[in-house]
Amino acid sequence: MSEINTEGKGGGKKGKAKKLSTRVDFTPMVDLGFLLITFFMLTTSMIKPQTMEIAMPSKDKVKDDQQTTLKNSLAITIVLGKNNKVFYYNGTEIKGVAPKIETSNYSPSGIRKMLLDRNSEVMTQVKKLKLQKENKEISEDTLKVRVMREKSVKTAPVVLIKATDDSSYKNLVDVLDEMMICNIGKYAIVDITPKDLEWIKDLNN
Amino acid sequence: MPRVKPTRKSTWVDMAPMCDVAFLLLTFFMLTSNFTAKEPVQVTTPSSISEIKIPETNTMKIEVDKDGKVFFGIDGQARRIKMLQKIAKAYNITFTNDELKQFSLVPSFGVPIEKLKLYLSLSSAERDLKENAVGIPSDTANNQFKAWVQAARAMSREEDVVKDKSLIIAIKADQATPFPKIKAVMNTLQDIQENKYNLITSLEKAPENL
Repeated sequence: MSEINTEGKGGGKKGKAKKLSTRVDFTPMVDLGFLLITFFMLTTSMIKPQTMEIAMPSKDKVKDDQQTTLKNSLAITIVLGKNNKVFYYNGTEIKGVAPKIETSNYSPSGIRKMLLDRNSEVMTQVKKLKLQKENKEISEDTLKVRVMREKSVKTAPVVLIKATDDSSYKNLVDVLDEMMICNIGKYAIVDITPKDLEWIKDLNN
Repeated sequence: MPRVKPTRKSTWVDMAPMCDVAFLLLTFFMLTSNFTAKEPVQVTTPSSISEIKIPETNTMKIEVDKDGKVFFGIDGQARRIKMLQKIAKAYNITFTNDELKQFSLVPSFGVPIEKLKLYLSLSSAERDLKENAVGIPSDTANNQFKAWVQAARAMSREEDVVKDKSLIIAIKADQATPFPKIKAVMNTLQDIQENKYNLITSLEKAPENL
């Protein structure tokens, strides 16, 4: 196949013992090789899927005396609405007065900006640590431990994620992602309360 | 002067080196590859910046498609058989050896237990049909999904207690799945004390300079 015969076929020189060439034509084998390569390339997935680890609270009832109350000033509640809408409010109602509900979105200038502002203390610390890591002052493991410690400081905000029935799974993952981006160590996915639904009712349409 | 006769050169190309390269590449691909397991439904996962890779082995995989249908699968053929035997006991169904073997080859399935026998008797092409991807019942009245997770957990615990600690529950859900469907799955897992699990996502670039 890879040769164009330049000599006449079976021409002349009769009688002389034919010397058989020991050359083997590899072309079909190459064909086969590439065919198999193509097959393997198409059927395999080189990239492993990524995962996000989440831990949900256990359903066991917590005794009243073991419960910790959350400071109003630290609590941020994020409510996932329909059509990719998202709302948030700080604290909770005080003496029957509902907190101010803000409407936001999943873009960097939306909910992320708010969370970064609220979590700026932790963010600056984490940034410092990352810089130290880059300058090889601390190791990867120390970085992890110290970031963890920074994230769980007492003054760090606590985020409650409440998803309405109209929100999608993507919304939930997006919000969990924001928690990671903004280095929020304390967050929980909580069931939505009728009160929350009441508060966002007008905004969610 | 005699005319110079141009020497006829042979056009023979030695294919041996090319063959070497081809097979070298082939070997590389064969060794590095891991086959994409066939999934009963197409699922588009949402993206996240998380970079944790999911291990290939020792995972329980729960798939939720955008209608909220639940599919379930576990790795390892021997483990699948053991899991099915546990389920069979709980539901008082006996499976033949042939059916057990068939089941061990299914990476992920989504049929109610009553229809499993029928499902296993189908050919692999027929199993892919839409009407055979109905999902495992996971509502409160008939929560077979819960039973499957419990069976898988019990099987894993019996097999190897140490390894069981690292058994990962991975949820692969479509990004358009309504939240109540996901919540139902999460609540079921919470009910049986499976509080830690992984959500499978696709990679998204993390924002810089915050």
